[in-house]
Amino acid sequence: MMREPPRWLDEDAGPIVRPYALIRGRTRTSGETFDLIATVNVVGEPTDELEPEQLLILRAARNPISVADVAVELDLPVGVVRVLLGDLRDHGLISVTSPSSKGPRPNERILKEVINGLRAL
Amino acid sequence: MDSVLSEDPVALKILIAGGFGVGKTTLVGSISEIRPLRTEEVLSDRGVGVDDIDGVEAKTTTTVAMDFGRITIREGLVVYLFGTPGQERFWFMWDELSYGALGAVVIADTRRLTDCFPSVDYFEQRGTPFVVAVNCFDGADRHSVDDVRVALDLDEDVPVLLCDVRRRTSAKEVMVTLVEHSLRTLTSPN
Repeated sequence: MMREPPRWLDEDAGPIVRPYALIRGRTRTSGETFDLIATVNVVGEPTDELEPEQLLILRAARNPISVADVAVELDLPVGVVRVLLGDLRDHGLISVTSPSSKGPRPNERILKEVINGLRAL
Repeated sequence: MDSVLSEDPVALKILIAGGFGVGKTTLVGSISEIRPLRTEEVLSDRGVGVDDIDGVEAKTTTTVAMDFGRITIREGLVVYLFGTPGQERFWFMWDELSYGALGAVVIADTRRLTDCFPSVDYFEQRGTPFVVAVNCFDGADRHSVDDVRVALDLDEDVPVLLCDVRRRTSAKEVMVTLVEHSLRTLTSPN
């Protein structure tokens, strides 16, 4: 008797395009590596030449969003998302603000707010 | 302009560390909405050979799912939790994760206390404020906090507390203890 070959449908079949194919095999951005909790802001208007994933990023970042959250929203590895973000930044469409670029670590008032916020959860 | 609204948003990073299967995922899930974060990383040379990768010697990248949680304190103030990868071959990811971190929770299991030695060493060396949360598994001996402190050879100022990571109130206590410790470290004269 013939055994039926395994059938992979929809998501089980895996992505149609391998993640690193989206970014043409690159693993590094043109500039510095974006921190996982750096904030992505849209600062420019999308153009027709953008890839679908880049449009998805711009949609996800209509409100400020962290790099890690972008990766979760798009279900892509962080390394791929960083390269896509680097391209968007190079095109002047987004800004990426690293938390550490704003000076020293959080002040006492902020941390007390966090403590109270955690207690109130 | 309103000074409160114009304030820059603040994002804080807290790491959840400890041995494999010690309860990192459970802790993140108890206190925040947990989301799987995919990282695809190049295996470093030091990782190869340390871990059992027989049969996949040609593999140079690996996909790691990290636990990732987010706690919104208020608009513009968010705490992100990252569960550090438990296996030793992912050590190279720790430097990036711990950069700029507010602090770390090291979860310890008294049945396998040595599993958290590497995490304790790492945060001590980096000067990252950390607390040790002893997860009280069912049936596990409830070693006294002092015994754990001695066994781990911790500095006096490092908080050690018992916890049950499945319980939200307990997870909250762990997080509050850590942020209070970070605050003390931050405001201490040294």
